[in-house]
Amino acid sequence: MHRKTLTELQAGLARGDYSARELAEHFIKRIQSLDPELNSFISITAEQALAQADAADAARARGEAGPLNGLPIAHKDIFCTRGVRTSCGSRMLDNFNAPYDATVVEKLQAGGAVVLGKTNMDEFAMGSSNETSYYGPVKNPWDLTRVPGGSSGGSAAAVAARLVPAATGTDTGGSIRQPAALTGITGLKPTYGRVSRWGMIAFASSLDQAGPMATSAADCALLLSAMAGHDPRDSTCVDRPVDNYSADLDKPLTGLRIGLPKEFFPATLDGRIADSTHAALRELEKQGATLVDISLPSVDLSVPAYYVIAPAEASSNLSRFDGVRYGYRCNDPQDLEDMFKRSRSEGFGAEVKRRILVGTYALSHGYYDAYYLKAQKVRRLISDDFVRAFEQVDVIMGPTSPELAFGLGAKSDDPVTMYMADVFTIAVNLAGLPALSMPAGVIDGLPVGVQVIGNYFREGQILNVAHRFQQATDWHQQQPAFGGDA
Amino acid sequence: MSWETVIGLEIHVQLSTQSKIFSGSSTAFGAEPNSQASLVDLAMPGTLPVTNLEAIRKAVKFGLAIDAQIAKRSVFERKNYFYPDLPKGYQTTQLAEPIVGAGAVEIQLEDGTRKTVRIHHAHLEEDAGKSLHEAFFDENGHGMTGIDLNRAGTPLIEIVTEPDMRSAEEAVAFARKLHSLVTSIGICDGHMAQGSMRFDVNVSVRKKGDDTLGTRTETKNLNSFKFMEAAIKLEVERQIDLIEDGGKVVQETRLYNGDTHTARSMRSKEDANDYRYFPCPDLLPVIITDEDIEALRAELPELPDARQARFIDQYGLSDYDAGILAGDRAVADYFEAVVTASGDAKLSANWVTGDVAARLNAADIGIDQCPVSAVHLGQMIQRILDGTISSKIAKQVFDACWNGEGSPDQVIEARGLKQMSDSGELEKIIDQVIHDNTAQAEAFRAADEGKQKKMFGFFVGQVMKLTQGKANPQQVNALLQERLK
Repeated sequence: MHRKTLTELQAGLARGDYSARELAEHFIKRIQSLDPELNSFISITAEQALAQADAADAARARGEAGPLNGLPIAHKDIFCTRGVRTSCGSRMLDNFNAPYDATVVEKLQAGGAVVLGKTNMDEFAMGSSNETSYYGPVKNPWDLTRVPGGSSGGSAAAVAARLVPAATGTDTGGSIRQPAALTGITGLKPTYGRVSRWGMIAFASSLDQAGPMATSAADCALLLSAMAGHDPRDSTCVDRPVDNYSADLDKPLTGLRIGLPKEFFPATLDGRIADSTHAALRELEKQGATLVDISLPSVDLSVPAYYVIAPAEASSNLSRFDGVRYGYRCNDPQDLEDMFKRSRSEGFGAEVKRRILVGTYALSHGYYDAYYLKAQKVRRLISDDFVRAFEQVDVIMGPTSPELAFGLGAKSDDPVTMYMADVFTIAVNLAGLPALSMPAGVIDGLPVGVQVIGNYFREGQILNVAHRFQQATDWHQQQPAFGGDA
Repeated sequence: MSWETVIGLEIHVQLSTQSKIFSGSSTAFGAEPNSQASLVDLAMPGTLPVTNLEAIRKAVKFGLAIDAQIAKRSVFERKNYFYPDLPKGYQTTQLAEPIVGAGAVEIQLEDGTRKTVRIHHAHLEEDAGKSLHEAFFDENGHGMTGIDLNRAGTPLIEIVTEPDMRSAEEAVAFARKLHSLVTSIGICDGHMAQGSMRFDVNVSVRKKGDDTLGTRTETKNLNSFKFMEAAIKLEVERQIDLIEDGGKVVQETRLYNGDTHTARSMRSKEDANDYRYFPCPDLLPVIITDEDIEALRAELPELPDARQARFIDQYGLSDYDAGILAGDRAVADYFEAVVTASGDAKLSANWVTGDVAARLNAADIGIDQCPVSAVHLGQMIQRILDGTISSKIAKQVFDACWNGEGSPDQVIEARGLKQMSDSGELEKIIDQVIHDNTAQAEAFRAADEGKQKKMFGFFVGQVMKLTQGKANPQQVNALLQERLK
């Protein structure tokens, strides 16, 4: 059963090949037996999952099955889930049982999905390797000595190892797409404002966006249709009808103009990754697409702009974790200041503290104009580059990550090298555009991902491109040996 | 040496919205601690603010009332600092792009002179919660502080004036005018004791004739006009003494204690936080169109200044009376309802500014709680005008109405207060009085006009005594004059 896509499982459930309970039990068993090695889950909610599965079966029996009825999923542990620990990968929230459900959680539950657990992640989504989690690093199922990418590394590894057919992720600078690329799955970051952020613990509010991670574009389309939509509780969530993302998946690519920014193919790019990307592009050309060389001159500034804006927002967003109302509080505080200082010093890990310091500095009196305002100007230039590009092309493509999954600990001591892992993904967040990563090859036993960037609210179009590619290739069906015989 | 005082104010005005500025929680005063704190107010992880449009509308109305520029686009920013009653670790406020730009408020001083106080700007922001330093103890007996977040997120406008006031009296006159304005346009309940208006006073002194401002101090959170006046006077005195003794005023924030009439330094400028303001990424800029502005302008009631002018013009009231009546919208509405019912503006004004005001003051209640309705007061004034009762008896009628004995007509009837206007009966009583006081009557007749004037009251008093005050005074006067010839 775990070899099947969400879409196939949906059909199987409808035919009555198996019940939602049988599915849930099967995947829970896989998680329980395989995850101790992978560490992709922080919490396994078996009891609730089985109750949800029974409810899904009962709903189906009554003829009231929703679009996701009985389909097992997992949530990144950044989404608040009522009564379930919501840790955000941090010691700070290790004791935090959220008193409410995030909108994304509500919507997927309303569709009938069964939640098996909460997946591991970089602490407060700050990281590109899933090594900053308080709960320990997640291993890449393709090679257990390597990282799965981050920050949605738990969701990516769990889906890649087929411990769960799909999972939610969040993407602030590449946190869905980069781990999707490094683990050989499909992950989509929607347009900023397409999916509600209510209940999603904020890292950088102007960049954060939730999205689906699954083994195919069709599965992402299915999930996104349920996740997206206006939410009056999030002022930045756009009031605009949700497309049926599954409807246009099969549309031929004839006449599609694919932009190839020269900035995404630097001379220093790993030749094997460049080859896989070009092979994917040739396949799309074969299907009728045309390739257009373009330039996004300002995207070279994405990483520095991002590492001002994101930490600045984070330094403020994370101020609420003060030990007063919930979360970690230090033992025996001597006074108020001692409580604030020690609760935060002990509750946050090193990378989170580094970014709070960077962000605090960037917003400080006398530095604001030179850093924060300058970065906002760069952000505008980057957006303008994309707007101009989309006057000539329909989608923009390139490699998702400049490198394959790297070894655990290989970059832990060098934050700047780590930050460069997101060099191709960050510009998309700064511009607020939708983008996905899809598998496009395997090199030395490690998957390669290709990124497809769309115009605002054109999630349907990039899913169409990915689906057509997946109809013609089988990269997305390749699975790691790990867990293969269980 | 002669000193000049320079005062600028920052005023926090709580907007009287049903719910908070960024959440749906109630803003009602006096509820159990934390019973009005939602997920957003508690700053639960993952929660987001949504702007309460009513707060925006009320802020715009204020701007229109002071003739200020309304920003078509204003931006909420985060003011970052750690404090236990600030749940998010930042206050959502406005800095670079406030909703209300420069405006002006005209004040009238005790001696009747007028003066304009310029408003620098007014911005929207959320209130913080409250720290409760009562006796809370943990299991080991260590003292703890309680946090009540009911007030957290209450909408405020902070109004910042230019340093245009030159005395405590001017500052108080401004504060009272502002109170009148915000309550008149219905954006604030004006309940000072509940913290609905709080004043921060910036005070400096300089030698008369100096152009440059002296170093200022800020005394925070004064919530009564009395404390504000006292705190300013105390600070002015302190600064002058300090300078005259060769010292220097240090820029600092001070706290005034009204109970002991003392103030102390809270923090100096050097300790000031770097608040690291930046635009709040969770909120969109507030966009206001010309249509919005015109619609809100149409909702504004007649403003106190305009109403004062109309009262003078339409009712022939004095500047002073018109000012008192127009200064409070509820009082002005009551007054106008009394005029409608009585048909006499001057008498109505006298009653409302006199007996009614005194009774309300003594009972410490507002005019909206006055037990005598405007219609009843108007009816009573009519009874004075038509001679049914005298002005003196009217006070009795008013008291009875106040105590719930019914309408003025019911009281007059039940208590038999109808004025004695039957001249035959009155003549008999007057004859009786003259007969009983022959000696005085003789003396009166023998006296010159000047002395007679003084003696006349005695006979009036005797008549009133016998009639229990119900005799029509004009009639008594006329008849007595005649009989004593």
